[in-house]
Amino acid sequence: MAKRKAPEVNAGSMADIAFLLLIFFLVTTTIETDSGINRKLPPMEDQIDPPIIREKNIFTVVVNKNNQLLVEESLTDIKDLRGLAVEFLDNGGGSGEEACTYCQGNRDSRSSDNPDKAIISLKNDRETQYKVYIAVQNELVAAYNELRNREFARLNPNMGISYVEADLIYSDPRTSADDKANLKEKIDVVKLLYPQKLSEAEPSKVN
Amino acid sequence: MAKFNKKKSGDLPAISTASLPDIVFMLLFFFMVATVMRDSTLMVQNTLPAADQVQKLDKKDRVIYIYAGKPSTRYIDTYGSQARIQLNDKFGTVEEVGAFVLAERAAKREELQNVLTTALKVDSDTKMGIISDIKQELRKVNALKLNYTTRVGDYTQNFN
Repeated sequence: MAKRKAPEVNAGSMADIAFLLLIFFLVTTTIETDSGINRKLPPMEDQIDPPIIREKNIFTVVVNKNNQLLVEESLTDIKDLRGLAVEFLDNGGGSGEEACTYCQGNRDSRSSDNPDKAIISLKNDRETQYKVYIAVQNELVAAYNELRNREFARLNPNMGISYVEADLIYSDPRTSADDKANLKEKIDVVKLLYPQKLSEAEPSKVN
Repeated sequence: MAKFNKKKSGDLPAISTASLPDIVFMLLFFFMVATVMRDSTLMVQNTLPAADQVQKLDKKDRVIYIYAGKPSTRYIDTYGSQARIQLNDKFGTVEEVGAFVLAERAAKREELQNVLTTALKVDSDTKMGIISDIKQELRKVNALKLNYTTRVGDYTQNFN
């Protein structure tokens, strides 16, 4: 009597398949890390005599309680903010000692002398929404990054990466010390060309 | 003699369950790895705003978190709908921020105490007033490195 039983499925390799999947997920999953805009607050001690800054070297951005944007005293859409900030920072209107050799701006004598002098002043209302404030911060940082990218590409034409990517690699803890030292040098040069001078005024009360 | 094979019995062979432990372990490992531990339960609404010019904030042991936003629906009855600050597991006032940061700083290892960053996880609909107050408090205790934690996304998403 050839009573055939259905053959049992061999489960021996199941564990291998399971491990294969496990390793696949291990490799492809990135643990979510928080990211955000880094800022440095000014220290508390009052400056005894604030340095004299000429009006033309200040780029004023005001956000009011209705989330409207006032850039250099005119109502502006947030889409134009980045372009205006780039134009201001890259103006290079100074002459003599204050001239800017690498700027590609309009060299308007009514705008900033050089990127080192140029200060962006951001002021918001207490009623401003946080998300609008972040959008403005984002655009201002973007303006700096745009210029730094340009200079980074000009100084290191064969690197094949932008300033932002270089900064990312630099701050990655997995990067080796040698690479870091190498990158730091290049990043610092660019940082010095376009220093981030973003001043925040204390917010105005509801007015 | 015609031998009639008894038709194979209709019931299917039992599926082997020998691999079940493997699958379970696999899932376990997966979740162990992919889960981000949150050490305090959120008591405020926390939809972060979007930004794309962001820098990563790794090394969790170097970060102090401060949450702010409207109390979540569970707490609205008790705490009202005004934006509040959450420090660890409880609501705090603006005045408590300084003491909280100092306490957190003191709890960290000595070599990390100078490189700490304060991450502000603030709901996108919060008004700037409370954030400015927090910033003033942080300046008072000299915790100057700040990170506005955001989602990664285009800034125009903030205007919907």
